[in-house]
Amino acid sequence: MEALTSSLLYLNGVTVSFDGFKALNNLSFAIEAGEMRAIIGPNGAGKTTMMDVVTGKTRPDLGDVMFDGSYDLTRLDEAEIAELGIGRKFQKPTVFESQTVNDNLELALKSDRRARAALFWRESPDERRRIDQLLEIIRLTPVRHRLAGSLSHGQRQWLEIGMLLAQEPKLLLVDEPVAGMTDVETQQTAELLKEINRDRTVVVVEHDMAFVRELGVKVTCLHEGSVLAEGTIDQVSANERVVEVYLGR
Amino acid sequence: MTPHILIRSLDRGASAFLIAIAAIAILIPVLHLALPPTSPFHVPTYLISLFGKYACYALLALSIDLIWGFCGILSLGHGAFFALGGYAMGMYLMRQIGTRGVYADPILPDFMVFLNWKELPVYWYGFQYFPYAVLMVVLVPGALAFVFGWFAFRSRVTGVYLSIITQALTFALMLGFFRNNFGFGGNNGLTDFKDILGFNVQAESTRTALFSITCAALMLAFLLCRALITSKFGKVLIAIRDAEARARFLGYRVESYKLFVFTLSACMAGVAGALYVPQVGIINPSEFAPGNSIEAVIWVAVGGRGTLTGAVIGAVLVNYAKTFFTSGFLAPYWLFMLGALFVLVTLLLPRGIVGTMRHWNALRRDRASAAAEDGVREPLPAE
Repeated sequence: MEALTSSLLYLNGVTVSFDGFKALNNLSFAIEAGEMRAIIGPNGAGKTTMMDVVTGKTRPDLGDVMFDGSYDLTRLDEAEIAELGIGRKFQKPTVFESQTVNDNLELALKSDRRARAALFWRESPDERRRIDQLLEIIRLTPVRHRLAGSLSHGQRQWLEIGMLLAQEPKLLLVDEPVAGMTDVETQQTAELLKEINRDRTVVVVEHDMAFVRELGVKVTCLHEGSVLAEGTIDQVSANERVVEVYLGR
Repeated sequence: MTPHILIRSLDRGASAFLIAIAAIAILIPVLHLALPPTSPFHVPTYLISLFGKYACYALLALSIDLIWGFCGILSLGHGAFFALGGYAMGMYLMRQIGTRGVYADPILPDFMVFLNWKELPVYWYGFQYFPYAVLMVVLVPGALAFVFGWFAFRSRVTGVYLSIITQALTFALMLGFFRNNFGFGGNNGLTDFKDILGFNVQAESTRTALFSITCAALMLAFLLCRALITSKFGKVLIAIRDAEARARFLGYRVESYKLFVFTLSACMAGVAGALYVPQVGIINPSEFAPGNSIEAVIWVAVGGRGTLTGAVIGAVLVNYAKTFFTSGFLAPYWLFMLGALFVLVTLLLPRGIVGTMRHWNALRRDRASAAAEDGVREPLPAE
């Protein structure tokens, strides 16, 4: 198929309404391949709805969502979109609590997702190595056999990021990765995301301005379901309307 | 699945459990057949039938635990699949009666003659052949579960809504089977069976054999469930149970997994029903009663869901209690006791018997390993 756009992710005129309330209102923006982008905005700006639309959880009423130039995400469901290479981290860390850290990663590793394949699956040395590497990256090697439910909040966030990496996605959508983290953990997470960004495109939705500054990337500010401002963190935070929205007049 | 996978899935507890069932499957018939009725260890015929019934219930409980305990699908209509399997077996047994029936019609079962039916309905064709009947025992509940699940899981019906529609399913089937023109004997159901594969169903040796076969089926189903849940498929099931949205965003097609395990579970329930019917000698529409399905869920809850062994133990314990209490002056209060049992287990023992025992064991192990970790800092090798 011929690429319709050069961007990795391209939203054009996306509108989603819930009972008349427009969660997204003619939202348009584009993310280039290899980019890291921070999306900010006050509560109810449509950040999570935007992620729901991109990952197939919510179908938009209007507008186009294109991935990798040729895939129309509005026609696909969650599993298909995940297979295309879009990984998502939830706001509240969501891991499989009653399974070990190791099994969580094993489940996330890129593989044939069909039921029949899972029935006859055996771990290969290569997969074992991948899991070892991931555990190193997310600093959870010492707890690999612990149940995910017994991890600290910060460790869970990392495990979930590790699961995203295991999927080997082209695009990672990360929803508030540092909510509830200590300062040290926040710092480490920023480093982790930068490292991930070396070979993957990352979109971070975040409230924490200090963290966004730490990332040092292009920022898109959403308000009432559309883009309010876009630019560096300094440009955006100097924008009068952004200040108005955040501080409430 | 190869035998290798079946055996690999066994840990110590599971092996011990299998050996225990095998021992019961052999010991009880031996005590029945080898000892004279005067011996205190002699097992009378009525107990053989009773234990056979328990084993069928245990198989039904296992099928419920597979979907509820490991995939979070709470079916309140599993009695329907059990009953359908039972009817398929009952139809075979009816056709074996032949001219020995009251009306001595070589083809038509008594109730059809009574209703003045002239010929056998098409859906009764083939049931004189045992292999065909066995196929139907698995196929009919399986097909119904597949169609039902296909619609329910694709529309993402989950939780209490799914429970309610499964309940409606079994209720609807009950109403249908109560009707005479449905062709399954109406409210009398199918009964007066004479023989199965040429053996008299009333004979002690047949009853004993049926008991052992039921135990064997239970063991086989247990092995199958173990193999399933210890495979990656099982890990995905648990993942779906614990965080369905996460599993979807990882790219797993949740509905296919649910559909497969739901259908398999229905087939198991059908086999349980088929083994049940020759041992109790009757199948009628009351087997579809919603209460039966709920009772089966209680067995699993009492034993401990998500444990497999717990489902079997729960089914036997609760049914033993039922036998005990419904045969004395307490009989009118049995349903209250069952209800109270469910409430108490939910409040005080939410993990069930086996689940609680495993939990305590896990806590003890955790404490032991935590103590070991305190002894030596950084004890975990990076491998």
